[in-house]
Amino acid sequence: MSAAAAGSQGLWFVSRASGLMLLVLFSAVVLLGVAGRTGAAPRHWPRFVSAELHRTLALFLIAFLALHVLTAILDPFVSIGWAATVLPFMSGYRTLAIGLGTLAVDLGGAVLLTSVARGHLGFRAWRAVHWLAYLSWPAAFAHSLTAGNDMGIWWVVVIEWGCAAAVAIAVLARLIAGLRHDTRSGTLFGRPSAAFERVTERAGTHR
Amino acid sequence: MRSTDSRQRHAGRAVDQLPRLLPADGGTGPAGLAEHLARYGPLRSAGLSRSSREALIDEVDRSGLTGRGGAGFPAARKLAGVAAGHAPVVVANGTEGEPASCKDKVLLARSPQLVLDGAVLAAEIAGASQAVIVVHHSVREIVDAAAAERTQAGADRVRVRVMTAADRFVAGEASAVVHWIEDGVPAPTRKPPRISERGLGGRPTLVHNVETLAHLALIARYGASWFRSVGTPAEPGSMLVTIMGAVNQPCVCEIAIGTSLAETLSLAGGAAAPLQALLLGGYYGSWADAAAAETLPFSSEGLAVLGAGAGAGLIAALPQDACGLAETARVVRYLADESARQCGPCLFGLDAIAGELQRLAEGRTSDLSLLRRWLGQVEGRGACSHPDGAVGLIRSALDVFKPELGQHARGWCHATRTATVLPVPPRRQP
Amino acid sequence: MNAIPRLLVDPIACDGRGLCAEILPELITLDDWGFPIIRDGDVPGRLTSEAREAVRICPKLALRLEKLG
Repeated sequence: MSAAAAGSQGLWFVSRASGLMLLVLFSAVVLLGVAGRTGAAPRHWPRFVSAELHRTLALFLIAFLALHVLTAILDPFVSIGWAATVLPFMSGYRTLAIGLGTLAVDLGGAVLLTSVARGHLGFRAWRAVHWLAYLSWPAAFAHSLTAGNDMGIWWVVVIEWGCAAAVAIAVLARLIAGLRHDTRSGTLFGRPSAAFERVTERAGTHR
Repeated sequence: MRSTDSRQRHAGRAVDQLPRLLPADGGTGPAGLAEHLARYGPLRSAGLSRSSREALIDEVDRSGLTGRGGAGFPAARKLAGVAAGHAPVVVANGTEGEPASCKDKVLLARSPQLVLDGAVLAAEIAGASQAVIVVHHSVREIVDAAAAERTQAGADRVRVRVMTAADRFVAGEASAVVHWIEDGVPAPTRKPPRISERGLGGRPTLVHNVETLAHLALIARYGASWFRSVGTPAEPGSMLVTIMGAVNQPCVCEIAIGTSLAETLSLAGGAAAPLQALLLGGYYGSWADAAAAETLPFSSEGLAVLGAGAGAGLIAALPQDACGLAETARVVRYLADESARQCGPCLFGLDAIAGELQRLAEGRTSDLSLLRRWLGQVEGRGACSHPDGAVGLIRSALDVFKPELGQHARGWCHATRTATVLPVPPRRQP
Repeated sequence: MNAIPRLLVDPIACDGRGLCAEILPELITLDDWGFPIIRDGDVPGRLTSEAREAVRICPKLALRLEKLG
């Protein structure tokens, strides 16, 4: 193999590997987000830990994303082009597949930017944009299925469908909880935080 | 000044004694525009110069007029505050969400022109170009007709818009009225910002009870000294009270503030049965022992010794054969159901408190210390004073009906009456 | 100007999620229904950064630090 070819192989490998990491990270971020909203967490698990993890992993995402996108663009063997990093469906190579990835980044980017500026935007505006995350993940997932050729590897398939299953269950849970939600309460599933339970035990009520 | 002369001339007419706001005759219909002007004289409110407006605010300040909606805030200060703002709006609040109180409905039904006078005048003073009057549905037609009469006469520069109030208890809260007008949602809004700074349409909004505006319209005609000629030095003027419960002729009457409760009750034909206690102010008010209260003047200052106040002018008489705890429990259940459901402590706390109070009233095992704990946890933790009002009512009940607490703990009650005293609308379907 | 911060909660925005009480238990306790009771008064200097953290972490943006000079 020539040096250039080896280099290209290297870039492509890093791109695929970071892509898979991204899917896992993104899925974890969605799970943590849903868990935070619905209160589905282990009994004495502090809520702020889930919230911080959700935020931290999302920031990790950016790092892996940079790697994933750069290596793909720089690889001379596929023509994707710089424009395709922000504008969907501009890639020469696998236009639809890459475009879905770009879409995921655009939508996710909006979520990220509004979250950083949350204090200035106010809750309503922030929440409206945050819903886009539910569009971003499917776009990312579809991209991961179609943009590469790794679905022949068994453990890649396990990871892919494992993430899909986890996110699907989480989203379903969120929908059900949202439909059941008729009062404003600490959690949609009606499970209070550990602190609340301590207090009500002390007060001697069973409500 | 010429305006002072004309005021003194009118002062010699019909309104130098009570009633001031309500017609003196025994009729039931509204006073039309002509009748209104014949009784009170004209009110020059349109096109006031800046110095006239300031002079009027001074006059209101000297009169010592305070809000008649229950909060008792000095009217002149409210006026001045909003007048300083840009493009203000005036809201006349006739919602009267209290089921037991009828004074605003009666005032609007009998003297709508006086209230509209006040609304238009307040708008002119504040520099507002429009006034919205929110009224109970039962008097909507009357107020519509009164507003139409004024439009025909063409004397007002201010545009008056009539709206029907929402049928909820908290709908009468100032920010809830604004929220209702703007979005059709009768729920209080977060403060800051205060509605006097950012209210209806983001503009400084002056919300006054309709009775306050009626008094304003008379102060502008006859002056501060006239207004102060009845009432007490600390709480001058007259006020409308709703007297109901175990009295012979439940009614809405106008009294000079400071009139003794005994005399006030006699205006309603006196007690229909030996009285146990009086609920004073409203459902955010306080219970008081009847014997202790009857000698006291009906004023916030006079009733303070019993931990009560004049509030929104409700005087509900509880007879000896009724159970004060049961009545309170019913009212508190209603108050809990009427929560706007925006704030956790109110939504959950009042519900839990109502449940515990119900157990107390029914003589089942209840936890008084838990109830008191919850009262402390709920107080002051909502976006409006709904939880605070309920807590105040309950605390006074636990104090005044202490003997009953002991009886109920042993599973019996002295009450023999089955009919309820305090009106509570039927429970809404959830 | 001596700007002493006070921690205030918007009771309408607050959903009783409880993260603030986890971050700042010295100033915030939860009532019997999971909603925060904030100790009245100024935030002591040693807790200012935790207070800012609590404001940031609230999922409903219901907390605010107000500086009264």
